Amino acid sequence: MNAVPLEYFLTVAAVLFTVGAVGFLLRRNLLVLLMSIEVMLNAVNLTLVAFNRIHAEAAVTAGGVVGAPAHTGQVFAFFIIIVAAAEAAVGLAIVLSFFRVRKSVRSDDADLLRN
Amino acid sequence: MRSLEIAFFGLCTLLSLIGSVITVAAKNPIRGAMGLLVTIIGIAGMYLLLSAELLAAIQVVVYAGAVVILFLFVIMLLGPSASDTNDARGAISRYAGAIAFAGTSAGLLWIIMRMGGATLTTLPPAGPGMGTIEVIGREIFTKDVVPFEIAGVLLTIAVVGAVSVARSKHGSLAIPSTQRKMEPPPGRGGREDAPTGAHGGGRTPSKAAAAAVTEVKS
Repeated sequence: MNAVPLEYFLTVAAVLFTVGAVGFLLRRNLLVLLMSIEVMLNAVNLTLVAFNRIHAEAAVTAGGVVGAPAHTGQVFAFFIIIVAAAEAAVGLAIVLSFFRVRKSVRSDDADLLRN
Repeated sequence: MRSLEIAFFGLCTLLSLIGSVITVAAKNPIRGAMGLLVTIIGIAGMYLLLSAELLAAIQVVVYAGAVVILFLFVIMLLGPSASDTNDARGAISRYAGAIAFAGTSAGLLWIIMRMGGATLTTLPPAGPGMGTIEVIGREIFTKDVVPFEIAGVLLTIAVVGAVSVARSKHGSLAIPSTQRKMEPPPGRGGREDAPTGAHGGGRTPSKAAAAAVTEVKS
């Protein structure tokens, strides 16, 4: 499974990250902002896994399991998935609680400290 | 075999890019969540191409099975006001920021592609057991066991925090002062009891407002 070069994966990940970031800057709906964060985290995960595939053999000496390719990037992506799940849960709870206060999910309605 | 792989990569790219654009651009957040689902499935396919089978499975289970469903539940809880599309105020600065970011990214990508020339990095053949649950499990439970335990603590804290943030038992404290003056929550909280008893039936909130408040609280 090595027909697709590394740069293709990296390019797709970069474009995904850009789409997510532009959405985060552009949109105002809190739910869409959280989903844009998820898209960006997925793009970063894709980059990590792709680089892990390239550097698997080189990293064996750096403390991996003997005789097997190193999985530093994949383990890192695994932890990022965990953190993303926790972030989504807490973020959506905050959205719910914010909606209870302001009856809105627009991010610029969160201005209680301004008045 | 090679062309099959390239076709699969193209399919996954198409899925993830279209899905991400739908996620970002959809007016209706439910469509956005569906776009996120498509993005996630495309990226799981790319994990398979990068011989990360366990991660592909985790991606589908955790993201498609838990996170997207959580989004859908919250969207349904919020009802029609979840698709608030009034994005007019302060549009210029947001568009300027987004265009600046997108332009910088596109320019950087173009420069990097020009610099790289024609040499693409071919992936080396995957080592034995690359990305299988056995090898990754051994690595997590030996070398990375401390981060793994910390991740467990983090998830526990996130669950407790999400529950305690999402349900506010102290209802009167959660409502800002402007709204508290207009519609006191009926029969709730210690602070509201005395004033409600003081003015008696003189200033009862309308039935609709009370129903709306209880509906949001439940």
